[in-house]
Amino acid sequence: MNRTLIYLILLVFAVIFLTPVYVVLITSVKDVSEITLDQMWKLPKTIEFGGYIEAFKRLEPSFLNSIYLAIPATVLSSLLGSLNGYILAKWRFRGSEVLFPVILFGMFIPYQSILIPLIEFLRIIGLYNTIPGLILVHVIYGIPITTLIFRNYYVSIPDAILESAKIDGSGIFGIYRYIFLPLSISGFVVVGIWQFTSVWNEFLFAVSITTSGNQPIMVALQNLAGSQIVQWNVQMAGAVLAALPTLVVYILLGRYFIRGILAGSVKG
Amino acid sequence: MSTGAKKRWSFEKVAPVLFLLPSIIAIGIFVYGFIGWTAYASLSAWNSIVPDFTFVGLKNYIFLFHDFRFQSDLRNTLFFTIFFIGISIVIGLGLAILIDQKIKGETFFRNIFIFPMALSLVVTGVVWQWLLNPSTGVNLILKKLGVVHLPKWFVDTTVIPKIHWGVISFGIPVAILAVVIAAVWQMSGFTMAMYLSSLRAIPDELKEAARIDGATELQIYRKIILPLMWPVTLSTTIILAHISLKIFDLIYTMTGPGAGFVTDVPGVYMFETTFRGNHYAQGTAIAVIMLIFISLIIVPYLVSSSRKEAE
Repeated sequence: MNRTLIYLILLVFAVIFLTPVYVVLITSVKDVSEITLDQMWKLPKTIEFGGYIEAFKRLEPSFLNSIYLAIPATVLSSLLGSLNGYILAKWRFRGSEVLFPVILFGMFIPYQSILIPLIEFLRIIGLYNTIPGLILVHVIYGIPITTLIFRNYYVSIPDAILESAKIDGSGIFGIYRYIFLPLSISGFVVVGIWQFTSVWNEFLFAVSITTSGNQPIMVALQNLAGSQIVQWNVQMAGAVLAALPTLVVYILLGRYFIRGILAGSVKG
Repeated sequence: MSTGAKKRWSFEKVAPVLFLLPSIIAIGIFVYGFIGWTAYASLSAWNSIVPDFTFVGLKNYIFLFHDFRFQSDLRNTLFFTIFFIGISIVIGLGLAILIDQKIKGETFFRNIFIFPMALSLVVTGVVWQWLLNPSTGVNLILKKLGVVHLPKWFVDTTVIPKIHWGVISFGIPVAILAVVIAAVWQMSGFTMAMYLSSLRAIPDELKEAARIDGATELQIYRKIILPLMWPVTLSTTIILAHISLKIFDLIYTMTGPGAGFVTDVPGVYMFETTFRGNHYAQGTAIAVIMLIFISLIIVPYLVSSSRKEAE
């Protein structure tokens, strides 16, 4: 195939993919007076940060909620997934082959099918409408994916290491603590990025488990976009603020991000 | 001495289970237990604020399958799934093949096609709602290009062709295509990454051998590479299908149910009927139907891949 044509097609697609970014960015720095329909595609005459200031004012509490949510949820999920993955990759016991797909199924279920009892349960234990409640939810429903990624990661560590550690008298936890855990850094990066991104971007749990004051950023962004009074520059600035943390992670650690996407979808 | 060794050995035997136990219990309750609870509630009369677990059999399900909104949801889900998967696969495969041609700036292009995946579907919904607004956005460009009949995107209420089916008209709801565009923008980077990693796994010798045998580049793709892509296509389709069957955020934020429910899906209906209408039994019945659809795809996939692994 003609190489010029290859580059041409790729460039056209790149432009299409970046078009929303262009519109969001130019709109977010426009002055309210400049946001009329026919000027939508035009570059701003002057760069104004009023939209960002307003969006930040409105979104700040929920942005902080999302940080209090996503960081502990990511850390706890990763530790739990790592331990589960280690056991399922390296220790055979009766039923371990059946157990793995049974756990994995939890990754694919529509969360609508557990949402109502979940809410009732959180009410009973007093965690409904709280960030710790949402952390618990994300850690539990994160078990299948974090276990899967770590298991696939640990499968590639040779059994010989495990065998010789056993002969040296190390126990099941000792082997994990002194051999597998130190070897897991890139596994933790992949799972960490995956969980942070999913938790930060999640909407269904957030919107049904929390009410105003305790809402994560995505619910607040949706409310911002749903109200009629807010200007487009504020909404687009809000979208940028809400997307920023995961985009930064993607830009800095893109290689691991892609590996996470693939690890999460390809079994074995 | 020997009893000590024996004790240690038996601890080692139960230890793996002990480490997994918290997760097993959590999954047992929060996944399987809650699904059971949901299924039970879907057979109840709980359609008001006050919980009412009177057994009513399949009444809620029968109601749904006669319901205009739910029938529309099934139609919309069907066409959303077909278009979303079809277009994502074509674009993803195409881009992967182009990027695989040892081009310059590979990382640059790859990063651009994948970045939407780092975004929340809420952000995607908010942004595309504006871009595909009939009076602005993309339509301004189309207008400049001289298009007279501007598309109405997600506010279009036409269904083509209009075939009578149950209480709805069956056909492609034009409005759903606007949502498909946003979803493809978000997810085709994923398909591209899947295909690219699988293209990279094909040994170069295979292509070399075919070239020596006199095969053209096109023949190499048609006869060798595309058939090898089949397993990736299958797993990508399964992943995309399960996303599509439970889609909620994107549609909820971008269009909502739409006029005449042209962009409504079970996920949105479930949310609104449960949390706005307090029809808990109906909401749980929708959730169970969603779960059944997804299980029909996922369970065979899980069974076959765990079998493959056992071999």
